[in-house]
Amino acid sequence: MTAALAPAALALGDDALVLSHRLGEWAGHAPVLEEEVALANIALDLLGQARILLSLVGDEDELAYLREERAFRNLQLVEQPNGDFAQTIARQLYFSTYQGLLYGQLAAGDGELAPLAAKAVKEVAYHQDHAEHWTLRLGDGTAESHERMQRGCDTLWRFTGEMFQPVEGVDVDWQKLEAGWRESVGAVLERATLTVPEGPQSGAWSAGAGRQGLHTEPFGRMIAEMQHLHRSHPGATW
Amino acid sequence: MATAAAHRTTAEAQAGEAERTAAYEAAFDAAVAADERIEPRDWMPDAYRASLVRQMAQHAHSEIIGMQPEANWITRAPSLRRKAILMAKVQDEAGHGLYLYSAAETLGTGREELLDKLHSGRQKYSSIFNYPTLTWADVGAIGWLVDGAAITNQVPLCRCSYGPYARAMVRICKEESFHQRQGYELLLHLSKGTPEQHAMAQDAVDRWWWPSLMMFGPPDDESAHSAQSMAWKIKRHSNDELRQRFVDIAVPQAEALGLTLPDPDLRWNEERGQYDFGAIDWDEFWNVLKGNGPCNEQRISQRRTAHEEGAWVREAASAYAAKHGKAAA
Repeated sequence: MTAALAPAALALGDDALVLSHRLGEWAGHAPVLEEEVALANIALDLLGQARILLSLVGDEDELAYLREERAFRNLQLVEQPNGDFAQTIARQLYFSTYQGLLYGQLAAGDGELAPLAAKAVKEVAYHQDHAEHWTLRLGDGTAESHERMQRGCDTLWRFTGEMFQPVEGVDVDWQKLEAGWRESVGAVLERATLTVPEGPQSGAWSAGAGRQGLHTEPFGRMIAEMQHLHRSHPGATW
Repeated sequence: MATAAAHRTTAEAQAGEAERTAAYEAAFDAAVAADERIEPRDWMPDAYRASLVRQMAQHAHSEIIGMQPEANWITRAPSLRRKAILMAKVQDEAGHGLYLYSAAETLGTGREELLDKLHSGRQKYSSIFNYPTLTWADVGAIGWLVDGAAITNQVPLCRCSYGPYARAMVRICKEESFHQRQGYELLLHLSKGTPEQHAMAQDAVDRWWWPSLMMFGPPDDESAHSAQSMAWKIKRHSNDELRQRFVDIAVPQAEALGLTLPDPDLRWNEERGQYDFGAIDWDEFWNVLKGNGPCNEQRISQRRTAHEEGAWVREAASAYAAKHGKAAA
């Protein structure tokens, strides 16, 4: 791997690592048995992607378990707590649409990440299908599910702007990616009888916050739990 | 008189019905005796049906409750490789739950009804899951001992007389065998690791050994359902036979792991060609079964909460399906 690729592999690898962890928190708590299987499946795909990407940069475990919070380069979107099932689905919809478009472009190119993207894009197509179907069911299901799904979409909206900030070493057309994302997410929300959220797509931090190592408070607790055992036994292997 | 004729007809009909039932029963008995499979649409005695539903439900419940003690470590797994293995294992257990609820459904009892019985305490799950996973090594001990005991119990079920159950067990046993190997490998790595890791592995084995032996159920002379289940070829070996088989396999594995088993009476009996082992504390077994284990309350309450908090999701899926004419999720 060329050194120039490290920031890209780290950013995309951290996205996958962190979202996989959040989805793993659902184990034993999902609303229906089929979703225990589906959410774990998505988490496993993402963990697989994370391991490949982080290994391009260095030792996967050192990177996952021994970095401090400020050294992680994932989007703030993926570190957001699961909330209810609707909020998890909103996060999946936003992220899988983004990841599908991103990997789609990378797979079509001839960069170093193309082979990895070509494999991942197939997995992500399933994640996106899962998120879209649940967005439709919840948005156009009962009054309660509609209200919850709308709230989930609204809550996470302010973390979506960061996705379209160019990542160093990721050679894609970011404007095209953003336009594709708006069109795709907008169409799903409309079919689901939901409203595309209004308001800013980023918080008071300059957009690009997570990519610069500026995270939200819940992320510190998340990695404290994730890293605790590994850090308690310095030098041990597992 | 018309009424007398009607009475006679009813009596004849009843006699005919009894004769037919006897014929069906003879056919059923012959099929079981010939080791043929009973399939969902075949005639079967009501008690056979009830016994199978009870056993498959308890098995399915054990799979989904059994996800909890291991899921307890997913977010703390100490390497990404171990995390991937553990997530896949917990996912497999959800999958096993799905097959087994589906197998029970072939006998006319739906998943909702069975879950309701689990949540209200009218049906049980394996008591082993009422013990806590206190350290990472417990993930290994569960794989090696608990899944190992489960396989010993379940391999003969692949030849169970009821077709759908037997077929579900073929796939489940393959996956369980992988689970057991990962547990063994995890413990081996800890046992050969740092002194702290070795101590962690030994502590976990010390805590899980006796509860694993209890997984085979009470001694044969105290087992409520055993005799009938064996006659029907739902069950092929007695609790005590299976327990002995498990001990004989586990002892040399413990030696290879470099770990000891917490039983001073454990020794090879040359005459029997089997290991002798100490007395099991059946008071503890019955006590945990009655609800007084360390985690009974916690396990069932997490299950109920997940189900209740998921109600709106399931309702939404049904409402959407009704609107759009598709099967619910």
